[in-house]
Amino acid sequence: MSFLNSVFSTKWLDRGDQAGSRTMPFVLLLLVVTFLASFCNLALPADSVFYVSTYTITLLGKYLCYAMLALAVDIIWGYCGILSLGHGAFFALGGYAMGMYLMRQIGDRGVYGNPELPDFMVFLNWTELPWFWQGMDQFWVAMVMVALVPGLLAYVFGWLAFRSRVTGVYLSIITQALTYALLLSFFRNEMGFGGNNGLTDFKDILGFSLQEDSTRIGLFITTALMLSLVLIASHAILKSRFGKVIVAIRDGEDRARFIGYRTERYKVWLFVYSAVIAGVAGALYVPQVGIINPGEFSPVNSIEIVIWVAVGGRGTLIGAVIGAILVNYAKTRFTAIMPDGWLFALGALFVLVTLYLPKGIMGLFDQFNERRNKNKAVDVQETAS
Amino acid sequence: MSIIDSALDNTRETFRRDQVWSFLKEKEVSVDVSHQIILYIEGLSVSFDGFKALNDMNLYINDGELRCLIGANGAGKTTLMDVITGKTQCDEGSVYFGQTHNLLEKDEAEISQLGIGRKFQKPTVFEAHTVLDNLELSLKTNKGVIPTLLARLSSTEILKIDEVLETIGLKDHRMMLAGSLSHGQKQWLEIGMLLVSEPRLLLVDEPVAGMTAQETEHTAELLKSLAGDHTVVVVEHDMEFVRSIAKTVTVLHQGSVLAEGTMDEVQNNAAVREVYLGDES
Ligand SMILES: Nc1ncnc2c1ncn2[C@@H]1O[C@H](COP(=O)(O)OP(=O)(O)O)[C@@H](O)[C@H]1O
Ligand SMILES: [Mg+2]
Repeated sequence: MSFLNSVFSTKWLDRGDQAGSRTMPFVLLLLVVTFLASFCNLALPADSVFYVSTYTITLLGKYLCYAMLALAVDIIWGYCGILSLGHGAFFALGGYAMGMYLMRQIGDRGVYGNPELPDFMVFLNWTELPWFWQGMDQFWVAMVMVALVPGLLAYVFGWLAFRSRVTGVYLSIITQALTYALLLSFFRNEMGFGGNNGLTDFKDILGFSLQEDSTRIGLFITTALMLSLVLIASHAILKSRFGKVIVAIRDGEDRARFIGYRTERYKVWLFVYSAVIAGVAGALYVPQVGIINPGEFSPVNSIEIVIWVAVGGRGTLIGAVIGAILVNYAKTRFTAIMPDGWLFALGALFVLVTLYLPKGIMGLFDQFNERRNKNKAVDVQETAS
Repeated sequence: MSIIDSALDNTRETFRRDQVWSFLKEKEVSVDVSHQIILYIEGLSVSFDGFKALNDMNLYINDGELRCLIGANGAGKTTLMDVITGKTQCDEGSVYFGQTHNLLEKDEAEISQLGIGRKFQKPTVFEAHTVLDNLELSLKTNKGVIPTLLARLSSTEILKIDEVLETIGLKDHRMMLAGSLSHGQKQWLEIGMLLVSEPRLLLVDEPVAGMTAQETEHTAELLKSLAGDHTVVVVEHDMEFVRSIAKTVTVLHQGSVLAEGTMDEVQNNAAVREVYLGDES
């Protein structure tokens, strides 16, 4: 009993004085749930009460990708105060890189049976692979691109914006413009990314069929492991002196400059790190949902991510993860009942959180803990007297 | 146990990150003060929308001296510090640190790395950080991205911080968030941040505003003890305070130097009596 108490006690979840110190227990919890769910899918018969369907596994995998994306936004917004409304673009770019690899894996199993060219290129009467599709049939090349393309874009964008000291709402607007510009260009057929329809009809990844339950489980577990890794790495980075400089920039950029930090460099590198995480999340997302199209660049998507983070509580890492999972679960349930109402519900949620829960769910959690500790202190005093 | 500990400490010291990787070490800056002057300000003018906050100002600060700048509100004292530290661009003039470093060509971070530290008029500390973290961030170290990512407090740095915590009287508050300190304590913390950065030149803007008489006295002692090894420029309104610390006082008026000398000389200067001290006494 006392063991159970200590395992489930929230005290255990918040050792230390900083919200970030809950990362390790949370990662443990995440991994336990992941392996339990996978086990219940693979080992239990379909009529068992504890059976987890493959549909649910894929849904969970999708939520974890969103969680990683939210984490990327929290790193830059929660810790450095840069409200990026363009992270959907980095996510989509990572997704497209993975999609290109998956397209090339189809080989001659496409509708037109062309061993070299994806269907949409045959349809456009193209005769050879564009240069930027070369090498994308190699998994490792695609994986390098997953990190490199969002990272490079973030570097160039960040370098231009931060060096000319663009901040606040202006920066947010530019990031929206960035994702909107990408949306428009990816819609064009001539871009060579499948235009309106995007990339889809994937068959297999690394030789494993995407229809198999075991592949789905593999992708789900990979996502959970990557999310854990990113949580731990981000925790370490933000705990280091570099992380302290980042928070210092958030709360007083001028002051940080006057004690000798080149703040724009710090911001650029954090932005690149965050963009790469978003790209990786996108790459994990695409094989699980089976499609990537320009809709992922839609400016509304990027705004949604910010709401996930706000709901979870920014500047806490795991708050972003929890927020993304909860809001997306709500979205799944809500759109099943009222498909058109979701945007209104999301807007209302955002207003409510901003007004009543400025620190999000994690803030609520802290308040609850504080009150409990106070009560406990009173109890101790009473028993003592 | 203690043998193992000390052996570990020795190994740690030998393999300190900055000793193994030399690029983690901060670069030494040399300031050419062969003419005993550390700061040259010549013909400096700054205007905001046509209003001249600084007007052809000439000012020389000797190496190791403690100089007080006084002047009515709006005389341009803070603006002068803004120009020296790279915050504000000037229209005309030159600012040299030693004989070789042209400060007008450098940005805030580089000027700070040259060894020019600043305390703001309004106390500005990093409120979400603890007192300790505020001091750690201000240490004189390599401020590049990678070295900062890999940085750990060395034992000498911890000693340095402890010493400063003692000086500023925040020893028992080291783990407190800077945001929950009182106004006076924030002033002290900011002075502490200046001290751990071991600057060559300290620019201190109204340090005793909001301090009690006792704290003011303590600050005066501190600033006096710093002069010599460091060069200190203090802006202050509190005449009592200025009298207690300064050998040389410079009076600013409408963006230019009105008079310069000892406190007594300045107070007896006719022009000064007219425009500044006159309406005080
Ligand atoms: N950023 C600014 N924009 C416009 N006017 C300014 C700015 N900074 C200072 N000033 C003006 O310049 C004059 C000098 O200000 P300041 O240097 O702060 O004086 P003080 O000697 O009181 O520190 C004041 O009249 C002030 O209003
Ligand atoms: Mg002033």
